[in-house]
Amino acid sequence: MTSMTSSDIKADTGKVPESGPAIRLSGISKSFPGVRALNGVNLSLYPGSVTALVGENGAGKSTLVKILTGIYQPDEGEIRCDGAPVRFATTMDAARLGVTAIHQETVLFDELTVAENIFLGHQPKNRFGLIDWSRMNADARAILERIGARIDPEMRLRDLGIANRHLVAISRALSVNARVVIMDEPTAALSHKEIGELYELVFKLKAEGKAILFISHKFDEIFRIADRYTVFRDGEMVGEGLLADVSQNDLVRLMVGRDVGQVFPKVPAEIGGTVLTVSGYSHPTEFEDIGFDLKRGEILGFYGLIGAGRSEVMQALFGITRPSKGAIRIDNELAVIRSPAEAVARGIVYVPEDRGRQGAVTAMPIFANVTLPSLSRTSRHGFVRMAEEFALAREYTARLDLRAAALDQEVGTLSGGNQQKVVIAKWLATKPKVIILDEPTKGIDIGSKAAVHAFMSELAGQGLSVIMVSSEIPEIMGMSDRVIVMREGRIAGTFAREGLTPEMLVRAAAGIGETP
Amino acid sequence: MMPVEKSSEPRFVRDRLQGRSERIVKSWESLLLLVAVVIFLVNVWSSPYFLDPWNLSDATFNFTEKGLIAFALALVIISGEIDLSVASILALASTLMGLAMTHGAGVPELVLIGLGTGLVCGAINGLLVSRLGLPSIVVTIGTMSLFRGISYIILGDKAFTGYPADFAWFGQGYVFWVFSVELVLFVLVAVFFAVLLHMTSFGRMIYAIGNNPVAAQFSGVRVERVKFILFLLSGLMSGLAAVCLTSRLGSTRPSIATGWELEAVTMAVLGGINILGGSGRIGGVVLAALIMGMVTFGFGLLNVPGIVMSIFVGLLLILVIAIPKVLNRLAPAKKRG
Repeated sequence: MTSMTSSDIKADTGKVPESGPAIRLSGISKSFPGVRALNGVNLSLYPGSVTALVGENGAGKSTLVKILTGIYQPDEGEIRCDGAPVRFATTMDAARLGVTAIHQETVLFDELTVAENIFLGHQPKNRFGLIDWSRMNADARAILERIGARIDPEMRLRDLGIANRHLVAISRALSVNARVVIMDEPTAALSHKEIGELYELVFKLKAEGKAILFISHKFDEIFRIADRYTVFRDGEMVGEGLLADVSQNDLVRLMVGRDVGQVFPKVPAEIGGTVLTVSGYSHPTEFEDIGFDLKRGEILGFYGLIGAGRSEVMQALFGITRPSKGAIRIDNELAVIRSPAEAVARGIVYVPEDRGRQGAVTAMPIFANVTLPSLSRTSRHGFVRMAEEFALAREYTARLDLRAAALDQEVGTLSGGNQQKVVIAKWLATKPKVIILDEPTKGIDIGSKAAVHAFMSELAGQGLSVIMVSSEIPEIMGMSDRVIVMREGRIAGTFAREGLTPEMLVRAAAGIGETP
Repeated sequence: MMPVEKSSEPRFVRDRLQGRSERIVKSWESLLLLVAVVIFLVNVWSSPYFLDPWNLSDATFNFTEKGLIAFALALVIISGEIDLSVASILALASTLMGLAMTHGAGVPELVLIGLGTGLVCGAINGLLVSRLGLPSIVVTIGTMSLFRGISYIILGDKAFTGYPADFAWFGQGYVFWVFSVELVLFVLVAVFFAVLLHMTSFGRMIYAIGNNPVAAQFSGVRVERVKFILFLLSGLMSGLAAVCLTSRLGSTRPSIATGWELEAVTMAVLGGINILGGSGRIGGVVLAALIMGMVTFGFGLLNVPGIVMSIFVGLLLILVIAIPKVLNRLAPAKKRG
């Protein structure tokens, strides 16, 4: 039973706009065996205000979210709600006090309807104690309308795309009358248009007086929607205040503890002859008449909205899916690629977007992941030679500056950025001609990001051809020699590096013609 | 991890976290070896007949044929699949051998028919699983009924008897002193599968597929082909077991080796093969075979009824699998890496 209704809260916040925080954490510490994840951090969230929490991966952001939602208990420190000390012993306690989180991968249930997902655990009941379906669907519809989502509450969740799933997760947060909403990288998997809609929603929640904690790696969006910032570094809070008082560079300096000269250090490389030619490449449902060529030492960017068919083209080039029409030429020789094994043999490798599922065998050690596509080279007559394997893994992980305790450590125990380095090391060990990187820096910290970018430049400089699929405009603009924009399965435009503006990319991706 | 100053020198990650000795002590096989020694000592203590070389030799027949099946099955399970049709393949292979025998087939033909039937049955399973992408548990439950059903149609309530005298060598012959042909075969097959799984790139691919078939495919592993070969091997080993068992019994009934698929799965899982795929070693399966053989033999010497034995094996399975989990829970503060 909740004694407080949403109107009470609104009245509350309306009365005391510049009052104390809705929730205040002070002196929070949390240790795990061998690691001090949080060391006496403070965080305050104010009603009607968006606070951005920034920090590199491993800075302690996720631990803090888990403490706020009652998954972890802090070793030390105090949590106060509206000034009164509280304890979040369980996730239920946190939910009861109105704290709710929308994670990058919020747990939702594919086989249940939208309404069921929204009200799971607190479904409206009729007088027999059974679920009151008509009321639940009506309530769900009301909430969805409130946030401007055009989703039928009786649809099954599995029929929704990722953006609509976010909206369902947010509706779920609203259905419990949340006072504190935590959004953990909510835009990481969204397209440009969907991101705009999400921002609108954040403003709406803010206007309703919710205290919002917004976690993101994207600085432009932080400055666009947040009012305050809190910076974590290595488990400590190193700065907080109003965003109006700081610049992007100030935040980056706080985060990394040093000046980061250039985030995208693309160095000019010598562009050679054509390595890969794709022509008339088509798929029955995913893409149509794709044609481009790729030169030695070139970085070719692929920009577009989610669902524009970029990944699908890349996966066809890598032999995962079969195109219905079209031809590939490698070094002017016609190539038929029917499986990843054949693609690797031809010198085309692919670093997928979904690292945990497609990129790495996370339960296997680092060295075995690195050598998996190169086993024929590290073995003799089919017998593996461990010394050769470790030598190969040692060489390529060192080139990528991998941070790990040992090469027999499981990949799953590494941070996202280091897992990505293992996947890239695996492919470089095959000595490829073309490396395709699909959203190579999605969800990894700024330090690893810079390392991946620097390395891409270096590879191009050594004569490797790089295709980079990315939805981040700064990354595309900073790294690419040429950019191809895809829209609805077709190429919407090809742009040279010189004179390229973000507006040109956005227009091509959205299909907006030249307007006076 | 300590923060390290970045320098121009490449920073190599060291190879191993644990030394070899530490890995061996902490392994599943060490635990199984301990269990095997305890059961051995209990047997020695409880029956004066246990230590007789010929009695021990007889006891090996409790696990040799099942072990042949379990080794290949272990590889299938590590790859994330399962083959429940193994005992039915054995029955069909034995039946077709019997049928050939009644038409005057000699020893080489009988062996070829036994192994060939296994290969064909394995190929059917393999095609259905790898080409059509059907779940192996459903496919092999289907072929389990199918293959044994064919045996019943051929034989009805009759039996094939009267195999050639030379044919008895496989199941009743001895290579040297108390070492039977079957025991030698068991050792050779164990070595073959241990080498295949632990020392070849094919073996490495099996682990990769079992842990994450999608990432394995995205790493250029030919997942379908590996799975097909594994089902082929599983069928072949069932055929080999059919030759041995038919030779030892000297007859074929359609009910031959009923329930062996579950005993083979038990042997593999007791041996530390993860039923969800991705991990396990052949050495563990060898020890599990020895343990199950000794338990059966020891209880036999003490005139314990068969049903009690199966209760004991069931308890042993649950106990051995539960021990590491319980130990982990008792020592939660111990850190890893």
